[in-house]
Amino acid sequence: MSKGLQLSKLIMGDAQADRVVPPTGFTARLTLFAAGAMAFLTVFALALSLASGRLAARWGDELAQSSTLRISAPEEQMAAQTAAALTVLESTPGIASARALSVDEQRGLLAPWFGPDLPLDSLPIPQLIEIVETEEGYDGAGLRLRLQAEVPGAVLDDHTRWRRPLERAAGRLRLLGWVSIGLIGAATAAMITLAANAALAANAQVISVLRLIGARDSYIARAFVRRFTLRALLGAAVGTAMGALAVFLLPSAQESGGFLTGLGFQGMSWAFLALIPPLAGVVAYLATGAAARRTLGELT
Amino acid sequence: MIELDNIAYSYGGGELLSEVSLKLAPGSFHFLTGPSGSGKTTFLKLCYGALTPTAGRVQLFGKDVREMDRDDHALARRQIGVVHQDCQFLDHLPVRENVALPLTVSDRDSLEQHSNLKELLTWVGLGHRASALPPELSGGERQRAALARAVIMSPDVVLADEPTGNVDWEMSQRLLQLLVELNKMGKTILIATHDLNLIRSAKHHVQARVLRISGRKLQLAGADL
Ligand SMILES: Nc1ncnc2c1ncn2[C@@H]1O[C@H](COP(=O)(O)OP(=O)(O)OP(=O)(O)O)[C@@H](O)[C@H]1O
Ligand SMILES: [Mg+2]
Repeated sequence: MSKGLQLSKLIMGDAQADRVVPPTGFTARLTLFAAGAMAFLTVFALALSLASGRLAARWGDELAQSSTLRISAPEEQMAAQTAAALTVLESTPGIASARALSVDEQRGLLAPWFGPDLPLDSLPIPQLIEIVETEEGYDGAGLRLRLQAEVPGAVLDDHTRWRRPLERAAGRLRLLGWVSIGLIGAATAAMITLAANAALAANAQVISVLRLIGARDSYIARAFVRRFTLRALLGAAVGTAMGALAVFLLPSAQESGGFLTGLGFQGMSWAFLALIPPLAGVVAYLATGAAARRTLGELT
Repeated sequence: MIELDNIAYSYGGGELLSEVSLKLAPGSFHFLTGPSGSGKTTFLKLCYGALTPTAGRVQLFGKDVREMDRDDHALARRQIGVVHQDCQFLDHLPVRENVALPLTVSDRDSLEQHSNLKELLTWVGLGHRASALPPELSGGERQRAALARAVIMSPDVVLADEPTGNVDWEMSQRLLQLLVELNKMGKTILIATHDLNLIRSAKHHVQARVLRISGRKLQLAGADL
């Protein structure tokens, strides 16, 4: 709370302390640019994290506890094998329910690939059975063995087999996004420290005069800290706005679009963006403060 | 106020000053003289804590300089007005703001102070140059601005290093007059100068003691100059 108060006081007031240090156009522009570019990158890293987070959650929810049994059999045996499979499934521990998809449902699944006018009756389409697991799940290998014996045309699609790595990949992607944001923050701090050091070195004469006439280190530091904090805030605000615009202009997410078009912000997650400029300001405040304290402490 | 107790100082080579003791009592008026390079500026720096003695003890307002932290030093400098020999200014700010700088950095930048500022600038003959930048000033003008900056906080002590080095006789008399008046108001004054005429002329207005640096020691010069 006192930090926040200090920060707001720093930004509002004491333009006078700002005047005692001569303006430096070049470092100012570089700092603005660096903060802006970093904020822009942060927007994308954030979009990546949030999108992969959503993706992992969706795959987790949708595919959890469901698998499919596919029965390919000559047409006259189809009904019998389906019935046999259902019997096997219903007597398998760990399976909550099993249901053969109707012709209409199967057509619905295939329509995106082959069009709605598919003559399903005249094609050797396998029968699909949707299996919903219980919490505990079932023993996949055991089920396969039993099916082999009783329903030779059945193939068990255990979704977890390909779901797990995808989920893991999405989780990694999200982690990478957060690590990137951390690195961007650290790089911003490093760049602002370099710029602040340059400004402090360039103003060694000014600092020594201020010390001679009785200025405290905190007063001198404030002049620099205020400057760099404001520049970082402004630069990051512009960078964030541009990044948000770029994300906004991405083609919007579609059902079948998969991951790429899902890269964006949804609902409340836009609010995360508002945090980027203040965070950049805090980073600049801390980095410049540390640089100033170090430089001033080394003076005699 | 300022107390030097058997101090020595060396920049790394041989000792420049040794066995120096001095007590600046409140309200006293001292001149410090000695040949160029004898250590007058060094002595003043020891007096305002910019240098720490290599031996002995310096006390500013009752505090040992070795025990003062950077903030203590900053506060001490508000009570000690210094006219530096090389008058350092902030070259990007006009004279008016440079003179007011001690007020600015100590948050005493009030309206009332600003009318004082105007008076003070007029007093040192810089009323018409108030908006000029320091690099645009003549050597004498810079020294007058430096004096104005040294006294604006109405410090308890004023240390002046060659404050009349670049000004004509008439202006040097005016500056001396200002310092004498400050002394009459109870301020402690120490002026380093090798201008013996200035010292002689001061003797008519004020009870001044003359210190001389010679052979690394500080001596009290006799009444005869
Ligand atoms: N920072 C420094 N490092 C090393 N030697 C220094 C330093 N400052 C001054 N000196 C040396 O110390 C000696 C005293 O210098 P000081 O400036 O105190 O003399 P001064 O009496 O003020 O001379 P002047 O009358 O010319 O102003 C000189 O020989 C000078 O070269
Ligand atoms: Mg000197």
